[in-house]
Amino acid sequence: MTTKFRTQFAKALAQHEVRNNTESVVNKLRKHRLAAFPDQAEWISMRRHSTAIRANATSKLPQLLEQLETNLQRNGIQVHWADTTEQANQTVLNIMRFHDARFIIKGKSMVSEEMGLNDFLNTHGIECLESDLGELIIQLAAEKPSHMIVPALHKNRKQIARLFHSQFPSIPYTEDISALAQAARRFLRHHFATAPVGLTGVNFMIAETGTLCLVENEGNGRMCSTAPPVHIAVSGIEKVVECLDDVPPLLGILTRSATGQPITTYVNMISSPRKPNEKDGPTAVHLILLDNGRSRIYSDPELRDTLNCIRCGACMNHCPIYKHIGGHAYQTVIPGPIGTILEPQKNGLDSYGELTQASTLCGACQEVCPVSIPIPKIINRLRWEHIRKSSCSTPGAGSGRRKTEAIIWKIWAWNCIHPGAYNRITSVATSMRRLADRILAKISPWTAARAVPRLPDTTLHERLKALKIDNE
Amino acid sequence: MDFTRASAGPKPNTVYLFGTCLIDLLYPQAGVSTVHLLEREGVNVIFPQAQTCCGQPAWNSGYRDEALAVARAQLKLFPRPIPIIAPSASCAGMIRVHYPTLFKGEPDEASTFDVADRVYELTEFLTDILKVDLTDLGEPTTVATHSSCTARREMNVADRIDLLLDQLQNVTRIEPDNAEECCGFGGTFAIKQPEISTAMVLEKAKAIENTGAQQLIGQDCGCLMNIGGALKKQDSQISHVHIAEFLWDRTHKATP
Amino acid sequence: MNDARNTILSRLKTASIDQTMPLARNISNSVNWSSNYKVQLFRTQLQSAQAEIYDATDHSWLMTLQHICQAKYLKNILLSPTTSWGEAIIENSTNLPSLKYYDDPVENWKQTLFEGIEAAFTSTYGGIADTGTLILWPDTQEPRMMSLVPPVHIAVIEKSKIYNSFAEALKAQHWNETELPANILLISGPSKSADIEQTLTYGVHGPKELVVIMV
Repeated sequence: MTTKFRTQFAKALAQHEVRNNTESVVNKLRKHRLAAFPDQAEWISMRRHSTAIRANATSKLPQLLEQLETNLQRNGIQVHWADTTEQANQTVLNIMRFHDARFIIKGKSMVSEEMGLNDFLNTHGIECLESDLGELIIQLAAEKPSHMIVPALHKNRKQIARLFHSQFPSIPYTEDISALAQAARRFLRHHFATAPVGLTGVNFMIAETGTLCLVENEGNGRMCSTAPPVHIAVSGIEKVVECLDDVPPLLGILTRSATGQPITTYVNMISSPRKPNEKDGPTAVHLILLDNGRSRIYSDPELRDTLNCIRCGACMNHCPIYKHIGGHAYQTVIPGPIGTILEPQKNGLDSYGELTQASTLCGACQEVCPVSIPIPKIINRLRWEHIRKSSCSTPGAGSGRRKTEAIIWKIWAWNCIHPGAYNRITSVATSMRRLADRILAKISPWTAARAVPRLPDTTLHERLKALKIDNE
Repeated sequence: MDFTRASAGPKPNTVYLFGTCLIDLLYPQAGVSTVHLLEREGVNVIFPQAQTCCGQPAWNSGYRDEALAVARAQLKLFPRPIPIIAPSASCAGMIRVHYPTLFKGEPDEASTFDVADRVYELTEFLTDILKVDLTDLGEPTTVATHSSCTARREMNVADRIDLLLDQLQNVTRIEPDNAEECCGFGGTFAIKQPEISTAMVLEKAKAIENTGAQQLIGQDCGCLMNIGGALKKQDSQISHVHIAEFLWDRTHKATP
Repeated sequence: MNDARNTILSRLKTASIDQTMPLARNISNSVNWSSNYKVQLFRTQLQSAQAEIYDATDHSWLMTLQHICQAKYLKNILLSPTTSWGEAIIENSTNLPSLKYYDDPVENWKQTLFEGIEAAFTSTYGGIADTGTLILWPDTQEPRMMSLVPPVHIAVIEKSKIYNSFAEALKAQHWNETELPANILLISGPSKSADIEQTLTYGVHGPKELVVIMV
């Protein structure tokens, strides 16, 4: 059956340059991560600790959010809640209008991607500029990120060189990565200095102290949260942790899992706007807490694990399917294995349910997940919800049920619980194997790349009966 | 997944064989060789003829009612407190890891814990419990190995195939590049997402071709059928064979 | 938006919560290296992140600073005139480039800060050995943009304030018992990016060079 996603996947597989770029970066990231966890026992203990920290925070989520809000407000940070992305966008717009601002400079934020913030603000006459190098590349190319951590990973330096040259004709054409980065530095510096509002994402929110932590290498997050007079941070509600002590273990496993670094260049911990007598920093700091389906996911104890994600990207780096099709083929904000479980839950199985088929359940994602999210188990669960007859909390449940497929499984099951019938069918298949071979040869999805397995003349049941193996 | 067995136990006299549907229909000689290998170690094998499939295809496709019905039919066939041997990590993993989830809240949930604890993947059983000592009688050869994802990440027994092959003096074992990466079979995945599956199996087949081996050995017939089929389609000289068949063929004296 | 708040929280509160897995916070790997080893590790880690490290003493650090400024042909350097470090620099400024002070709110001189300042000198609140990290608690004397905007950041750190790990620094410095500054920074090298082909390049938005003087 050809479907929207299968068509998209096939198209992605035909894009050899994107595949090469993706594979090359993914292989580097895998190598870096491996080198960052040289000691298996240490990895296990770090992972166990991080898993417990996230599980603890998730189990106390409503209480921690209230504590976080109280402490942020005490510190002078304004807290806004948004049930939907529309509400979150509107909140940003209101803040912009309050400050009479028509331009916003953005640090890297997947939540702002989830909100579709740039498009929304553009329609309201506000200009957005991405300042993370990868995000800037994506914005200049009018594309979407193909990876959570390395948004432009599908592009190689030549493509970026051409892009920069077409967008900044004054800069001489160069394929030198350092020169490209310097061009971006020069272009953005003026904007950092003049932007009235900066927006960033958040990696961890600390309930105990009312602190927002941003983790990055470039300094764009620091710039956006420091240079403009107003800073808006956007975060999913699940990013809260209980206390300061929870940060070092999560930080250490996050950066190692993501890029193999023991720590990023900058860890930026924001607890308040500019204090009296301070000479810089924003005078207003806002935090927008976005739900967008998270509290619904939270209601199910099995699906809730999805919310423990710390967005390191290791699952996609190690996913053979992501490696082959790249991030864009998923047509989601977050691609790869975590996107495969997150996006259908957020946006509905009716539109994204088929994504759950984009997995062999090989388990590579779970193996590297720093907080032990059982991704294959949740994929399995969502496949069930996609085709189940009764409704459940996930929107679009049952939308993937096809009559023919359901009947095939019914017949298969009947056959498997009636050994007499099962043995007759397998026996007939093997005894008429020339005919069976010809039928099998017509299963084109299989035979496009593979020879058909030749049926033997007798089944195992028959052979063991002949050998008089005890049948209890 | 951290699974520790309640009892590793001493060497048993009798075991059940769970032959798996794929071996039953497509690779019966792997099942027969399994029986030979076990019997040579003095283990009596019981093969309940009413067995069919573990239910994994339906389970992985979201058809839980159908999976449950099929699994329940198997559950009843292995009542004695003796090990259940499956010459497939995928089917062993289904019983060991997924049956307890599948039966959660069902009246017969408790019996899945017992069965889950007794099921062994063949190479795991040969090395850990029987501690087999193999003598190679075959000609020198080079083989490439492919451990399934379930052997690697669900049953944690991926290295047993290596331990067994390394006992064979005349066998040179080569691990292909990217050995830990999935071959793209994934059961119904290969049919539902054939384009991605093809891309994955072609890469895997190439890595195996690059080893220059004569044969491809694995403990799961799904992967073997997938990779072997791709190799054959490309007219590769590398044939594929299940570890049980390979071990038996090289270590028993042919009766004239 | 209060509606949203109540909706979200009430949805979260109706969910049933299983017994959570135990979280033992104090078991985190409590290494305890000798001070020599800590300094050495701190140095190696920072160097591998492309920072320049200089060893100095209470007496020699000013000369080291002069040497750094000369080697980099710096025309000016931003510093705080009121820290003890700043006071010492001002007293011995003969061989130093032109000294600039951050004594005005940034709004009054943002353009100059972004375009005219070549380097900034700051103190640090401590260091972390296992990751090679400077801890900065910017304040009214040393505002946060000093370590962000100028292309060269020169930081001085006392070896005695280097902790084994971030976890230890938090505890030893009693972070959770104090009112935290508006902004705390952990800095582990010059600004960098690997967004193009996962190839490292330095000096993207923050300082292109990080120079650390250990005393």
